[in-house]
Amino acid sequence: MEPINEVVSVITPLDRKNVDTDQIISKEFLKRIERTGFGKYLFYHWRHNADGSEVQDFVLNDERFKGSKILVAQENFGCGSSREHAPWSILDYGFNVVIAPSYADIFYNNCMKNGLLPIKLTMSEVEELLANGQKDPYTVEVNLVEQTVTGQDGKSYSFEIDPYYKEMLLNGWDEISLTFQYEEQIANYEKQHQHT
Amino acid sequence: MAKNIIEKIWNQHIVYEEQGKPDLLYIDLHLLHEVTSPQAFEGLRLANRTVRRPDLCFATMDHNVPTRNRDEIKDPIARKQINTLQTNCDEFGVPLANMDHPDQGIVHIIGPELGLTQPGKTIVCGDSHTSTHGAFGAIAFGIGTSEVEHVLSTQTLWQSKPKTMEIRINGKLGFGVTAKDVILAIIAKFGIDMGTGHIVEFTGEAIRNLTMEERMTVCNMSIEAGAKAGLISPDATTVAYLKGRRYVPEGQEFEKAAAHWLSLASDKDATYDTMLEMNTDEIEPFVTWGTNPSMGSGISASVPYAKDFESESDKDALKQALAYMGLEEGAPLKSIDIQHVFIGSCTNARLSDLRAAAKVIAGKKVHPSVTAIVVPGSRTVKKQAEDEGLDSVFLEAGFEWRESGCSMCLAMNDDVVPAGERCASTSNRNFEGRQGAGARTHLVSPAMAAASAIAGHFVDVRELEAVHS
Ligand code: SF4
Repeated sequence: MEPINEVVSVITPLDRKNVDTDQIISKEFLKRIERTGFGKYLFYHWRHNADGSEVQDFVLNDERFKGSKILVAQENFGCGSSREHAPWSILDYGFNVVIAPSYADIFYNNCMKNGLLPIKLTMSEVEELLANGQKDPYTVEVNLVEQTVTGQDGKSYSFEIDPYYKEMLLNGWDEISLTFQYEEQIANYEKQHQHT
Repeated sequence: MAKNIIEKIWNQHIVYEEQGKPDLLYIDLHLLHEVTSPQAFEGLRLANRTVRRPDLCFATMDHNVPTRNRDEIKDPIARKQINTLQTNCDEFGVPLANMDHPDQGIVHIIGPELGLTQPGKTIVCGDSHTSTHGAFGAIAFGIGTSEVEHVLSTQTLWQSKPKTMEIRINGKLGFGVTAKDVILAIIAKFGIDMGTGHIVEFTGEAIRNLTMEERMTVCNMSIEAGAKAGLISPDATTVAYLKGRRYVPEGQEFEKAAAHWLSLASDKDATYDTMLEMNTDEIEPFVTWGTNPSMGSGISASVPYAKDFESESDKDALKQALAYMGLEEGAPLKSIDIQHVFIGSCTNARLSDLRAAAKVIAGKKVHPSVTAIVVPGSRTVKKQAEDEGLDSVFLEAGFEWRESGCSMCLAMNDDVVPAGERCASTSNRNFEGRQGAGARTHLVSPAMAAASAIAGHFVDVRELEAVHS
């Protein structure tokens, strides 16, 4: 996976809570057997009307946010299905960072495994960002090493992240290779638990 | 020190621990299906890796499979996914119950059925409803495809120790109230993200009195409350269910295993990071009216008003949900007409679910404006139901009787609810578009689904005579 540290971009304000993975990537697009190519299906049914035309007032269709790398949403982002196609489609669409007050557990883990940085800010900080982003295009700079999000007006927020995941994201490490370093411990565990 | 079951199982599975890192946890059982595994196997191939313990894996085909004509998968991409799983399992030596295999079924139904699911195990699957297996007192949770790949190649996962939560349900369940109503009521009361970061243990008199199949319904939907996993301490009910199943040890070995299982139950004075409580008198047969599983109410209630909510974001969420669902604020739930009924899914497609529905519809006819289907959770369930004649009860009432699979729970195959139409569904998710683009899903128990199939709208199953006899 690609290492990630600094990301500077206009934010895309998706002012919704409980955005579930069925909305992020609908089941009819889960049948591919590759990891790539899911971006065009991101939020498909929110972006498109039944006849395939674009939904005018949906934020991803707003010209001002085209090319944005940072998605901002309300709490409990990514709830529901375990489908990793959700972070795949968000990344493939062009986002590298999601900012929300909270995430569903599986989605949060899935982000880490793919180099998509899920930042947790407080509810009021996210509301402030959303309000700024909805008014006019609002650029922020995300810095993972510093664990900060800094707005174009200088307003800065800091966030927490597990040091283990931070290292992984910064270096773009493949977790499986890391785990192979514990082969001896795994083999020992298996020896002691042969009944399983 | 007194320990709860979550701590006990967790500690028994730590392969490696170090300050500041998640624990490296051993995985005892890895279940696989065709939708979330192809990219994982592909990853193995690209990196020249193997499956470490194929004997601890078990795969089946469920999400995409046709429920009408098994030989005809119209969608070429779905067919490719099904063929890919076959090829992957052949190549890597993973046991597979494919579409033609007598053990085929929804992954969370066949694990317990075969006795693969056992107390004390760590169980994962690339599927969020893996929480179902927690009914046996196992730590069972859904994972993403990268983690599937990680488990395939190392039989372990890095996991931060989750917080623990007890949800205690006091009292006895009222007449006509089922396990499905219990879990829907819990989610409605505490919200769809109450369990985030937690593994939940369900306790209390009402939970103890549930059968294994009912316990699976409750644990199945713990993910809808945001929990990483849900489980129930093993007891005599658990042991009796497992005895004689294919992958469960026999004779003396069984006695030994049973003693170990029972020892895992939470100690009497065990504590939890969070404790929630609910009384059964708060629970009646439930119907969801919105677009997530917490948006539901007892059948005697009505759709809420925006003014009932305090925060602006809750008011907005209600309005968005009702716009999608085509419902008015204040509409009595009993007044909602339905066009489809789906009895199926890993939540409610076991034998007892089909029996409960059959009891309600026996000798009656499906309402002329309703299309109703029954999709047994596995081929074993289907056969058992046919052996006791349930198929004829459904067919005579006007239900369709299908082959097993996920079917209309997520409509990845041909079983789709058309846009704008309403479905009373025994599944677990009522998200927008879950059963088809524009489809409107109402989650209910099997008995409630059956009763609404006959009436053509939601009814209180407790008022039906069939239920009383
Ligand atoms: S029945 Fe539904 S919830 Fe269960 S595994 Fe299949 S798709 Fe998922």
